[in-house]
Amino acid sequence: MDIFFQQIVNGLTLGSLYAIVALGYTMVYGIIQLINFAHGEVVMFGAMIALSVVSTASGSGFPPLAAVLVGILAAIPACMTLGYLLERVAYRPLRRAPRLAPLITAIGMSIVLQQVAMMIWSRNVLSFPQNLPVILYEVAGASISALQIAIIGLCLTMMAGLAFVVYRTRLGAAMRATAENPEIARLMGVDVDRVIAATFVIGAALAAVAGLLVGIYYGLAHYTMGATLGMKAFSAAVLGGIGNIPGAMVGGILLGLVEALGAGYIGDFTDLCQYGIFDAIFQARCADGGNLVLFGSNYQDVFAFVVLILVLVFRPSGLLGERVAERA
Amino acid sequence: MLAVVNLQVHYGGIAAVKGISFAIEKGETVAFVGANGAGKTSMLKALSRLLPVGTKGSIRLSGEEIIALPTHRLIHRGLALVPEGRGVFARLSVAENLAMGAYIRKDKQEIAGDLERVYALMPHLKARHRQLAGTLSGGEQQMLALGRALMGRPQLLLLDEPSMGLAPMMVHKVFETIRAVAAQQVTILLVEQNAKLALETASRGYVMESGRITLTDSSTNLLADPRVRQAYLGE
Ligand SMILES: Nc1ncnc2c1ncn2[C@@H]1O[C@H](COP(=O)(O)OP(=O)(O)OP(=O)(O)O)[C@@H](O)[C@H]1O
Ligand SMILES: [Mg+2]
Repeated sequence: MDIFFQQIVNGLTLGSLYAIVALGYTMVYGIIQLINFAHGEVVMFGAMIALSVVSTASGSGFPPLAAVLVGILAAIPACMTLGYLLERVAYRPLRRAPRLAPLITAIGMSIVLQQVAMMIWSRNVLSFPQNLPVILYEVAGASISALQIAIIGLCLTMMAGLAFVVYRTRLGAAMRATAENPEIARLMGVDVDRVIAATFVIGAALAAVAGLLVGIYYGLAHYTMGATLGMKAFSAAVLGGIGNIPGAMVGGILLGLVEALGAGYIGDFTDLCQYGIFDAIFQARCADGGNLVLFGSNYQDVFAFVVLILVLVFRPSGLLGERVAERA
Repeated sequence: MLAVVNLQVHYGGIAAVKGISFAIEKGETVAFVGANGAGKTSMLKALSRLLPVGTKGSIRLSGEEIIALPTHRLIHRGLALVPEGRGVFARLSVAENLAMGAYIRKDKQEIAGDLERVYALMPHLKARHRQLAGTLSGGEQQMLALGRALMGRPQLLLLDEPSMGLAPMMVHKVFETIRAVAAQQVTILLVEQNAKLALETASRGYVMESGRITLTDSSTNLLADPRVRQAYLGE
């Protein structure tokens, strides 16, 4: 039972991070039906910039928490600028082009950003300064770190903030109107180009914080980290229903839980020794409580893609997404 | 109020509006009638810059050239278009749709007053203000689109077939509303299939045929004109 609660906590931590990144995919998709493949790289830039700043700040005597704060304050505007430039330079000129063109451009931008990051930060795995105090709480047999609590708390706060912007402000109304029908939104006096840019910038700000948190959580950053993380968050967005904002939140958390629980139990489930039918074949290996595990927890990364495939096969509109026919 | 010279609209190589010119004075209500495919919707979309227009023409709104301005800037200058069919935001509530109509305005108190006036004109919308607009009936959506346009306090209101798909009771209601708006000195350009109703509402009218204006006169004269009676009044 202990491992169950432990994995729930780990899953919630991961899941809330996925949710924050998934929001960036889903908001952009909702408004211009583009899968912004470069979004993962914006997260990576957030992590890299934060890492550089946190290291420098720590090196020059900032207390650990203050260093992290400075890192966040540097990463957010930097990523917002990056998100704005992406939209302005790479996607806006293709607004009227066939949909394949911006999609391919997005893949291209993702590669470009990775290469730029590699030139700036080298191809090495960089480690975050490990100077945050590690505080652990024991709850129901699971150990929860203060960092995990901070990550979950911060992510939930950002989700609430985003929901407020989208559902309660004038900009949010313009975003939802544009997402539904840009032509009619124009007729309401909405500057659609600005609303689209704002959507990219908000998504990038969330990505910056996610990048920093992921970096601190794993203790490292690498120029390719955005690719895996991005694909997982994209899977989470699809799981929730791409284009649907609450869907991205739910999808992210669910995916985190699936991954953590999957990683926690896959070893047990694929231990051939526990299934009597193989006894004859694996006698020697299984003797004296031995085991023969087919898939270990290192298969954690597979779950996101299994989920993605299952959703695409059985419910392409996602958990909360409307049926595709409705958006004719 | 509106002065149009040599307005052209092309879809690919095909001309839908072939260089029309007309002018509307402030406070006037003017009808455009014409058969299906005459180019009426294309003209309205071009006027509101939802469609690219030929560079040779000119559109002046209150004396200023607007042919190069983007749509949202025109809305800020007092233009509103109620598009053909249902142009409501289906996934926004009725109240949110009306709020979008007032998107360009900042005067919160006056907006609240206008909202009450719109609800007074359309009580069935008030009862459904939290309902998603996509779940309204076709006629209710049409009314909502009109109410939403009024929330922007337009000076020039372009209406594209406001009676389309409505039951007679609703048509009556819509045109009552249009007359009430016209009485407040709002300039109205009314495109209608129902030529009789349109000309009875407007003081003068234009007849469009395959992208050109072929006839223009006062409503009284047009309603009496044998060509109009034969082609558009079914006599
Ligand atoms: N998107 C488009 N692409 C190509 N041709 C178009 C397009 N929209 C309209 N047309 C053509 O332009 C011409 C004028 O169309 P328009 O919709 O302006 O007519 P209308 O007068 O509004 O007709 P109706 O009374 O049926 O609404 C038609 O011949 C139509 O086929
Ligand atoms: Mg039409």
